[in-house]
Amino acid sequence: MIRVAVQPEVIDIAAELDLHDAGGHGASASFIGRVRGDGDLTELFLDHHPAMTAAGLADLAHAAADRWQLSALTLIHRVGAMVPGETIVFVLTSSPHRAEALAACEFMIDRLKTDVMLWKRETFADGQVRWVEPREGDEARAEKWSQ
Amino acid sequence: MALEIAYFAWVRERMGVADETVDLPASVTNVSSLVAWLAARDARGQGAFAEPHRIRAAIDGVMMGPDAPLVGAKEVALFPPVTGG
Repeated sequence: MIRVAVQPEVIDIAAELDLHDAGGHGASASFIGRVRGDGDLTELFLDHHPAMTAAGLADLAHAAADRWQLSALTLIHRVGAMVPGETIVFVLTSSPHRAEALAACEFMIDRLKTDVMLWKRETFADGQVRWVEPREGDEARAEKWSQ
Repeated sequence: MALEIAYFAWVRERMGVADETVDLPASVTNVSSLVAWLAARDARGQGAFAEPHRIRAAIDGVMMGPDAPLVGAKEVALFPPVTGG
């Protein structure tokens, strides 16, 4: 089962786990990305390209499913305005084997930073607003999966 | 040639619109000449496209480089490098 979603609504982790777990799996690995409140951040806004963002997430999910033996995969990305503590992204992978579940989860987290059409804008308590710049480390982490 | 252009992130903010349909002069044939034409068109274009190396493009939903031709394109999306995840 592959489940991919891009949504402005709050990500319901418990509901996603229930959906994913139907059937039972040997090993599950998960990642929850949350909005950090560093530097008095008050809002994180994620801009997206409706068609290309959804296609990019689906491509990423299928690339992981082709590369590792997975019995289920969930990839949910939130878009729009969020506050510190809220979940931006939820990745859940299951396999008969833990190594496959863990590797597929890490692969998707790394590739999300560089391969999917999403842009972060930060707003701070003093009114400052800035778009997040890409980091070289993100590129390197995504690239290592190509080797 | 009529072309739909969609803008994202700070490119959209600086252009002041999310998308527009433009009638391209014959001299605009690829992504880089489109970016240069928008930068020269008005003050908003200058603000958004003064640094072409910070701009990425997709033609009809597929990522493309600066030399990609526009012939046959319906929609070009222009945006900064992505910062998701």
